[in-house]
Amino acid sequence: MDGTPLKEEDLKKVNTIVYKPNAKYAYSAGQAYSKFLLGLKEKKIIGRRCNKCGRVYVPPRMYCDDCFRPTDEWIEVKDEGIVETVVASFISWTRERIEKPEIVGVIRLFPSRDKDWVFPGLFHRICADFEDVKNMSLFGKKVKAVWKEERVGSINDIECFRVVE
Amino acid sequence: MKTNLYFRRVAVIGAGLTLFRRRMLETPQELAWEAARKALDEAGLELKDIDCVVIGSAPDAFDGVHMKGEYLAHGSGGVRKMVSRVYVGGATGVMVPNTAWYHVASGLCEKVLAVAEEKMSPARPHPQSIFRYIWDPILEKPLNPNLIWIFAMEMHRYMHVNKITKEDIALVSVKNKKNALNNPYAQAAANITVDDVLKSEVLVWPVQLLDTSPVSDGAAAMVIVSEDVARRYTDTPVWIEGVGWTLDNTEWTGRELAYPRYLEYAARMAYKMAGVERPNKEIDVIEPYDPFDYKELHHIEGLMITKRGEAPKFLKEGVFDIDGEIPSSPSGGLLGVGNPIAAAGLMKVISIYWQLKGIAGKMQVKRPVHTGVAQAWGDLMQASTVIVMRN
Ligand SMILES: [Zn+2]
Repeated sequence: MDGTPLKEEDLKKVNTIVYKPNAKYAYSAGQAYSKFLLGLKEKKIIGRRCNKCGRVYVPPRMYCDDCFRPTDEWIEVKDEGIVETVVASFISWTRERIEKPEIVGVIRLFPSRDKDWVFPGLFHRICADFEDVKNMSLFGKKVKAVWKEERVGSINDIECFRVVE
Repeated sequence: MKTNLYFRRVAVIGAGLTLFRRRMLETPQELAWEAARKALDEAGLELKDIDCVVIGSAPDAFDGVHMKGEYLAHGSGGVRKMVSRVYVGGATGVMVPNTAWYHVASGLCEKVLAVAEEKMSPARPHPQSIFRYIWDPILEKPLNPNLIWIFAMEMHRYMHVNKITKEDIALVSVKNKKNALNNPYAQAAANITVDDVLKSEVLVWPVQLLDTSPVSDGAAAMVIVSEDVARRYTDTPVWIEGVGWTLDNTEWTGRELAYPRYLEYAARMAYKMAGVERPNKEIDVIEPYDPFDYKELHHIEGLMITKRGEAPKFLKEGVFDIDGEIPSSPSGGLLGVGNPIAAAGLMKVISIYWQLKGIAGKMQVKRPVHTGVAQAWGDLMQASTVIVMRN
């Protein structure tokens, strides 16, 4: 016996078990994410700073994982930053094909510098075309958050980040 | 120079693999059993001889049951024995022999059966949906991410920082799928060209279909024993000389993605233990983790085989070919053999074991080999595991 792969026609004979577990989660955002989400409602991006090593955590964190001590203060960072990386997704989260690609990436928020090894970084949508992703011109570009009119305290209160210069 | 640690020497004396395929008829337990039985046969042992069992499997959700360690225990020979399951995402496959190593090195066990299994095809319509649950529920999941986003973001950053083209990277897929033609267990072996990769379906730019490894089912197993036992059962044991593993934090958005820092730390730990001072000179054959083609290059740099950003240059020069100076993924890797996640990592370790024992058949690299390294990686770009072996 050396493993037996199924054939395509065998799959037509299988019973698929569809099961919707009635499992719901009420996640605790914790102190740091709660403050962050409330900040988004006010068009602010809130972080935490560790005064021992100087690291700024965005999204915020109540402890510094390098110093292993509490972070010290809330700070507001800019809703502007530099595109660290950007990609264009032609598939949905279930791996179905989507026609208009979704553009997402990581933004290194200000104040931070090019040479920072760790930085306040946000994963979000970037308003741009596939061509800009493909020709890599978005790398290093300055972008700014586009806020939604109606904000509810969610990461989706930011529509996306748009190139400003 | 080796570290001044006190532990027993640990050897590998047997290994077994199932075919790697999508949609296997066998259940996860049957796959585990098949690999475990083959490993015992190669070692010349029976299950009654085994003291402890280590099981490696990635997220429970793939097999569609919770508590996979307990679920797989009987197929892995673990009934009424010391059993533990390890799980560090994609890095699990190499964590399995690392864990078996410390069971034996500590003196707790003489003979360990180390088994890794993954059956990814039961998930409908695609295992991609399951990966959604590795993201942060509050700040990331609302953006509807799929797992390939991570790889694409890392690959694009790697390309940008080091000025590497898609053509440079596609050569990894070409090499590995070709190497897999020599591997009787392989699922995705093929003779393809760089052009085929560049023309394949765009998933998440810059990742295209042929940049990726397939959805797979499969299992792998090894018998890992103390020096005394190894000397009794074989004239050609392969020694586990160094192990290393590290986790970085899950905040991948706040760090440089172009270089796998977590891997460098794990590699330094393993090299120090094995007394490897110049990885590029002392290591003869490598199996870096390659679920995506750029990942092999990224990992070759993290393993310090080349300087940062220089892996593509050496790849182009043929250094990593099967007849090159440091053959990389002679098994065909995940790109060529398939990617049943935990089993794929252990398959890489088994490949190095067979190379060092000289029984890799058509996969055997051309140069004589003495030191080999296998590596795996996982979670939100944070976990890495490394093993150094010698004959
Ligand atoms: Zn600190």
